[in-house]
Amino acid sequence: MVKKTWLKGIGLFLSLAMLAGCSGQSKPTAGAGQDSNEIVIGANFELSGDVATYGTSSLNAAMIAFDEINAKGGINGKKIRVVKYDNKSDKTESMNVATRLITQDKVSAIIGPVTSGNTLGVVPVVNSKKVPVLTPTATHPDVTIDPNTKKVNEYVFRACFIDSFQGKAAAEFGLKKGKKAVVLVSQADEYSKGLAKFFKEGFAAGGGTILGEEAFNKDDNDYRAILTKVKSQEPDVIYLPAYYEVVAKVVKQARELGIKAAFVGGDGWDSPKLVEVAGKDVLNNCFFTNHYTPEDPDPAVQSFVKAYKEKYGQTPDALAALAYDGARLLADAIQRAGSTEPEKIKEALAATKDFPAITGKFTLNENHDPVKDIVIIELKDGKQVVSEKIKSK
Amino acid sequence: MDVFIQQLINGLSLGSIYALIALGYTMVYGIIRLINFAHGDVYMVGAYVGFWATTQGWGFLPALVLSMVVSAILGVVIERLAYRRLRNSPKIAVLITAIGVSFLLENGGVLALGAKIRTFPNVFPEVQYHFFNGAVVITNRQLVIMVVTTLLMLLLQYVVHKTKTGKAMRAVSHDTQAAMLMGINVDNTISATFAIGSALAAAAGVLVGIYYNAINPYMGIMPGLKAFVAAVVGGIGVIPGAFVGGISLGVIEALVSGYGQSLYRDAVAFALLIIILIVKPSGLFGSNVREKV
Repeated sequence: MVKKTWLKGIGLFLSLAMLAGCSGQSKPTAGAGQDSNEIVIGANFELSGDVATYGTSSLNAAMIAFDEINAKGGINGKKIRVVKYDNKSDKTESMNVATRLITQDKVSAIIGPVTSGNTLGVVPVVNSKKVPVLTPTATHPDVTIDPNTKKVNEYVFRACFIDSFQGKAAAEFGLKKGKKAVVLVSQADEYSKGLAKFFKEGFAAGGGTILGEEAFNKDDNDYRAILTKVKSQEPDVIYLPAYYEVVAKVVKQARELGIKAAFVGGDGWDSPKLVEVAGKDVLNNCFFTNHYTPEDPDPAVQSFVKAYKEKYGQTPDALAALAYDGARLLADAIQRAGSTEPEKIKEALAATKDFPAITGKFTLNENHDPVKDIVIIELKDGKQVVSEKIKSK
Repeated sequence: MDVFIQQLINGLSLGSIYALIALGYTMVYGIIRLINFAHGDVYMVGAYVGFWATTQGWGFLPALVLSMVVSAILGVVIERLAYRRLRNSPKIAVLITAIGVSFLLENGGVLALGAKIRTFPNVFPEVQYHFFNGAVVITNRQLVIMVVTTLLMLLLQYVVHKTKTGKAMRAVSHDTQAAMLMGINVDNTISATFAIGSALAAAAGVLVGIYYNAINPYMGIMPGLKAFVAAVVGGIGVIPGAFVGGISLGVIEALVSGYGQSLYRDAVAFALLIIILIVKPSGLFGSNVREKV
């Protein structure tokens, strides 16, 4: 009996605590919101979970950009303050973070998330709350254009090229490696499905044959069954639009099974973890489309690479470069808007023209998508080497 | 033909992992009628202990043994703290506690170790054996998985059928109260069951770490669920059933993705399992026993 009362006590305490938590949320938090001397920007990044290395390097790079701007006296005399939360690489959580940034922290604009799936989770929130979000790296076309109404999502912008261009560039490159391709697609992932679609279109249009398409679940560990089937189809090229963790396992198992075909992938491959998990020998004859390369001799690129290396001790990946561009673009738009009003910032973002990004100078088109070049990177003994550049069309 | 053999090898190595995890589910269910949902996470902890040991430069076998011992202790601790005092509560209370422990281990893992994936060191170099002009490839890691699983299974059979602890386990599983009246220490026997089941899961964790090279705190969820299904299909509570269930699930999955549509792999695999259960509700090896009241 004594024990039971004790348990009830805990239960009561917990429910009270939860109630207190709820009521605390509905009230605006004191101290948050706009101070007249600062600009509050929200950061919604994948700091844990499947693509944690993306979110972390993106946030790191964005912070370098904001710190640089603050060190030069901020924007129109106001300092930038960044409120950052972890969206755990999860779509629902990304949505929650966006809501929290807008309603509680009263941010002027949001940077992030990294992936298309997570950004798609944020789109309805920012459209209804009318705060602009700039995703540095979400490449899926639907991010900026609503697939149902075919209208532009007014409050959503990005700093990277889109998957239709990326998938077709991969197809164009793949055709140089052979005419027969197999596509492996992660079945519950918008990014992967989008790229696969554009690759297939481009590959078929260029005179290639798609031998087959296999789907897998990103939580799988074992891809040998699918790969054994692929092996018997004898493709020249295997298109694998997925993120590094899956890519590492798939390529490793494919090579173990004796598949020698070239693997081609998208910007989701870009992570040091790829080589770490798969091993460098395994990754020879593997290529992926990407936004930039740290080897670029452009002084703007090199000064960023140097700043990043000094602060975080590693070479910035493409996500970092795009986040750096994204953060600077946001700051640039706020300066051009001359205001911290989300509405004005949105208009300034939409009017971006010839922005000097380190990943290539770009103009945002009417769909809020940048028009810029693509780089094809080859993995040679674990090192990234530029294979070629494909011009924007 | 060669593709079929390759798929069989793929399925057997994947199935061995399911089988090792399924054994723990089935043993615990057999003895206290609890579906221990935290079991998949014990497997994860096992993998991390193996990871720690191998990065410290330990060899494969010492790392495997250490991981099994640590996880056995963890299994006993979980039973002692979370399940024992609920032994006479309604079944659903224990089940929910098990789910709670599972979340605790997963998120505790994220908190303590970070959510990022870890790369297992190369414990032993990979050797490939080719057959049919390279059409069929089997690696030494796949062989190690199958051999270790078979050895552990044989060891388990020996423990359950030839030792005093095993006899006590069978007695408690058959009728707890009668066993108690016969002077069997029920608490210790249950602890032993958890220890053995958890050790097997840990072995699976280390093997997976070496086989796939990557581990993360959420790695236990899917294999845990699949192993649970394997245990049910084999006849939950029956040890050889879990083994056969695990192996067949692995092979079915491989064959469905190999010969059918990879997209429908899980759907077809699970549909087959449902059919097995409709035809034989107690599972492949289960006997129909009336529920005790």
